[in-house]
Amino acid sequence: MVKLILRDREYEVKPGMNLLSALQKCNIVPESVIATRAGEMILDDEILKDGDVVKLVAVISGGALI
Amino acid sequence: MKCRKCGEKASVNMRQHKLALCREHYLEWVPEQTERFIKKYGMFRRDEKILVAVSGGKDSLALWDILHRLGYQVDGLYLGLGIDGGIGYSHESQRLAEKFANEHNLKLHIIDIEQEYGQPIPVLSEISHRGHGKPCAVCGLAKRHEMNRIARDLGYAVLATGHNLDDEAAVLFGNTLSWSSEYLLRQGPVLPGSDGLARKVKPLCRFYEREMTAYCLLRGIEYIYEECPFAEGSQSIYYKELLNQLETTRPGAKLTFYLRFLEARKRGDLFIEQNLEQAHLHPCPNCGQPTSAPDLCSFCRMIEKAKSVTVS
Repeated sequence: MVKLILRDREYEVKPGMNLLSALQKCNIVPESVIATRAGEMILDDEILKDGDVVKLVAVISGGALI
Repeated sequence: MKCRKCGEKASVNMRQHKLALCREHYLEWVPEQTERFIKKYGMFRRDEKILVAVSGGKDSLALWDILHRLGYQVDGLYLGLGIDGGIGYSHESQRLAEKFANEHNLKLHIIDIEQEYGQPIPVLSEISHRGHGKPCAVCGLAKRHEMNRIARDLGYAVLATGHNLDDEAAVLFGNTLSWSSEYLLRQGPVLPGSDGLARKVKPLCRFYEREMTAYCLLRGIEYIYEECPFAEGSQSIYYKELLNQLETTRPGAKLTFYLRFLEARKRGDLFIEQNLEQAHLHPCPNCGQPTSAPDLCSFCRMIEKAKSVTVS
């Protein structure tokens, strides 16, 4: 399986699909995250392999916009 | 996906530009584009002193890094807001701002709101009853006031903030939903200076938020990842999420929304130009900064109120 981690949440998807499909399967908006695997940034077309751990970095920040 | 410049494996793909770049070429591309925007919008010249508002977050640290790499005279300003939220938010963000300044041998001014005005932001918010139970309105007011004060007092020609395109698109979206014409006519990459008001510029206003995240990750810039504890559930985040859903299915939607707005505003297509006139600004009798309020400016009124409550 492939594990995706976003903040304190974990998701699992089957290997063999690309990153974009995996994000969509987990209902994660692709525009809202950057994906890294083993410390390297990966893109939407990257095929995920069994045992991969993908860390997702949330990109949205907010609050008082001055 | 391959880098368009060298054919190596790409690290960043910007669908709105149909452009994928490797780490090396992305880290070249970002400052090049920033320089282009600085010139295009006439933000500042090389002989001007720039003050960057630094929060310890990704955008402001990326901006400071980029302007420094481009060779501008740029110092930082950190405002200690006194927000803890159980995670030591302000303490950690200050540590990261100081770390960046030390590593790059840059000057960082630190202003602590509680030391200056007797109370941290969350307490000022409670005392002043502004912002419907959340301190974001008071925080924004205090930031605007203090940034302008420091820029003016220390002789900086221009105040630069790290607003990215997602910030700008979210504000534009909110103001469009309510047709807030006065705010719409003021929004832009440059807010010109006037007597007592420093020029404000947003050199990152055409970069997506995820591009700034990518920049920090690829440059190895450590920034505060945790959200401000008070930002959770905020309207700006909600608007950003909506716009990102749109962007996913229509790449470039956010950029087009913002750029077409700037073009329309420039042409005078949006509203009658006379609305642009600033509403009879006069100096605040206490701090001297321009205000449209009849007597003291909003910030000084808030501080007066906080003092009276604290004393009684």
